[in-house]
Amino acid sequence: MATVSFHDATRVYPGADRPAVDKFNLEIGDGEFMVLVGPSGCGKSTTLRMLAGLEDVNSGSIFIGDRDVTTLPPKDRDIAMVFQNYALYPHMSVADNMGFALKMAGVPKAERDQRVNEAAKLLGLEEFLARKPKALSGGQRQRVAMGRAIVRKPQVFLMDEPLSNLDAKLRVSTRTQIAALQARLGVTTVYVTHDQVEAMTMGDRIAVMKDGLLQQVDTPLTLYDAPVNLFVAGFIGSPAMNLMPAKIVDGGAQIGDYTVPVSRDVLAKATGEDTVVIGIRPENFAVSTTGISVDVAVVEELGADGYLYGTITGSGDDAITAQQIVAHISARTAPQRGTTIRLNAADPAGVHVFSEKTGLRIS
Amino acid sequence: MPHFLSSRPDSRLIPLPWQVPLAEWPADYLVALPRGISRHVVRFVAVGQSIYAAKEVVEELALHEYRMLAELHRLGAPAVEAVAVVTDRIDEAGQPLDPVLITRHLEFSLPYRTLFDRGVRPETVTRLIDALVVLFVRLHLIGFLWGDVSLSNVLFRRDAGEFAAYLVDAETSEIHPSLSDGQREHDLQIAHVNLYGEFLDLEAGGVLDPWLQPQVLADSVVSRYHDLWNELTGMEEFSGSEPFRIENRVRRLNALGFDVAELDIDMDGSKIKIQPKVVEAGYHSRRLMRLTGIDAEENQARRLLNDLDTYRASHGLQHMDESVVGSKWMRNCYQPVLEAVPFELRGKREPVQIYHEVLEHRWYLSERQHREVPLLEAAQAYVHDILEGLPDEKVSALDEPSVELRKLANPFDPSQGYVDDDGPPPFDPWEAAAEDVPAPDFLDINALRAKAQPSE
Repeated sequence: MATVSFHDATRVYPGADRPAVDKFNLEIGDGEFMVLVGPSGCGKSTTLRMLAGLEDVNSGSIFIGDRDVTTLPPKDRDIAMVFQNYALYPHMSVADNMGFALKMAGVPKAERDQRVNEAAKLLGLEEFLARKPKALSGGQRQRVAMGRAIVRKPQVFLMDEPLSNLDAKLRVSTRTQIAALQARLGVTTVYVTHDQVEAMTMGDRIAVMKDGLLQQVDTPLTLYDAPVNLFVAGFIGSPAMNLMPAKIVDGGAQIGDYTVPVSRDVLAKATGEDTVVIGIRPENFAVSTTGISVDVAVVEELGADGYLYGTITGSGDDAITAQQIVAHISARTAPQRGTTIRLNAADPAGVHVFSEKTGLRIS
Repeated sequence: MPHFLSSRPDSRLIPLPWQVPLAEWPADYLVALPRGISRHVVRFVAVGQSIYAAKEVVEELALHEYRMLAELHRLGAPAVEAVAVVTDRIDEAGQPLDPVLITRHLEFSLPYRTLFDRGVRPETVTRLIDALVVLFVRLHLIGFLWGDVSLSNVLFRRDAGEFAAYLVDAETSEIHPSLSDGQREHDLQIAHVNLYGEFLDLEAGGVLDPWLQPQVLADSVVSRYHDLWNELTGMEEFSGSEPFRIENRVRRLNALGFDVAELDIDMDGSKIKIQPKVVEAGYHSRRLMRLTGIDAEENQARRLLNDLDTYRASHGLQHMDESVVGSKWMRNCYQPVLEAVPFELRGKREPVQIYHEVLEHRWYLSERQHREVPLLEAAQAYVHDILEGLPDEKVSALDEPSVELRKLANPFDPSQGYVDDDGPPPFDPWEAAAEDVPAPDFLDINALRAKAQPSE
């Protein structure tokens, strides 16, 4: 097992006008589950591939433990790409399907059997070891594929969108299984996904990327509760955080006819700007007598809870009103569509303030 | 209503039962062709005289694979042809179904399991590996990173005495302007492991010749790849007094079936350094196409061109324009031979392959009878002695296997195992626990907060 570190790692594709990954710095702890997440084209897969040795590193360096692997060929890096391929061989038992790569590497039979048995135990596949793989379900096949990687005992697991070819249900159960398994194995894991819910439910820490640049690395809760900029604020969370431009006024920031209280110290950080962006997560909204005025467009009830979709109203700047917002509400007190209500932050600590000019968090 | 994405639509595909999951399609629509097991539901579908392969797969991958195959087609690489992606499928209960990727079935193609089930000689295995390596290198030369090289993911076609390999699965692939050494190494590493697994599996199934060792075969893929890659792209340095070595290199590449589009020649004092920069496969098949219009695999083309050259010499036509000789040869040799094949036997081999096999048979007869057997006589003898006894390969239907005498549980899907497989699977608590899962796009922040609380 080992740590992984990127030092100013940069990848520029030939003919590109900007790097696909630009001066990427990240320290991944021993045994940590690190998720790289971001929209398509953000550089997350390129970053993983630089670590795997599939992409040249144009400048900077990458370490696994204290070994500089920047220029090592992939096979010498002691990493395993999981789910790369999981063709299962019909004439071979599940045990042989899991252990054949060890045979190729010349691992003696006794040790092979031991490693396969250990992996099967972890994966709940002991009962299946002697069987042929043909009748296995999709989920069981995935576990055999995980077993193939586990028996190799690599220093680092790499997974690039491993769940993308599974149906929705299998995707959810497999992500839970991978996370639980990784925690038990304690093998450092770097996992790439475009899906922020997958990232949030699996990672010990998450590195959010955009346009080849690392935006923020933190635990899921810190990303959620204290996003460093507008991109992270909007990217993490489902439904997304409401990000509302607001005019700086005395005592706060004005949205429609309501002034959201913001401390003078915070507003001082937006010197020379007329507006800031106020961020409030849907579940931090509550219907109130004072607050932002909203025309209710749709109320979507989901059991005891529901989502309210509406438009900010009230006098003031058109660029500020007419904005769509979403609030998480209790279905029992759900307002009718077509009415106008007021929404306020249930927890004032959950009001995020960003500079509109730099996009950075100032609260 | 299902939605079709297609660059060459076949309207006969539209009335197929798209509202039914592929695994449940009625047998009337299907053909049981031999194939390997796959991660997804795959079926062969017959519409009129055409056969298509249909694969049910999530939308992102279906579209990706469609585009990759279309790009390979555009680049002239040997791969199956993507026909359509059918999206927006809804079943009768109103539930969405995964899209289906449709590719055209490659006529006269042989999956490796069919070849092995019929029993193959060790030399044939070497030829299959050679064909796979040529395909692999050709794909790398055009910047195609395969990601899942394996025997299951190719189809073989007869190519004179050799084989030609075609890519059938591009799910994991990517196209780059060019590949880095790390990318090629990685692809090769995957190939090494996959082929080792496949040969072990053939061994376990009792269809691999006992003289052949999975490890040696898998290692040979890697070494042959390196040999071919180095020959095609490697730098060569020699003394300025040996300039003929430039032409030698070009000839060697031509002999391997590659054209040299760009050769870098560097003269540094008394030394000459050469390195091919752009090489293109299909040296012989392009020449044959130009002279005769015949579309052939590389070794078939080489064989036919030899015959054409012999014809030219033996008829004293050396001074005639090459393309005129080509059309004479077509009229006097190629067409009469093919016309000698009765219509009902034409599905057994591709026409070009038949011509090659007639040439082989003529050589054999001439040796045996100590005389120059005329071409047409040889063709008639070939039809009678050989062709009549061969299996039909146009659509290589499921023959009775020679070794693997086990019956598939579902003839349309080898992934479902054999009739005599193990009994019902044991209870699996992981599967049971996976039954009750939340929607994939629901972020349960409260559960995350609860998990993050240090336990008391």
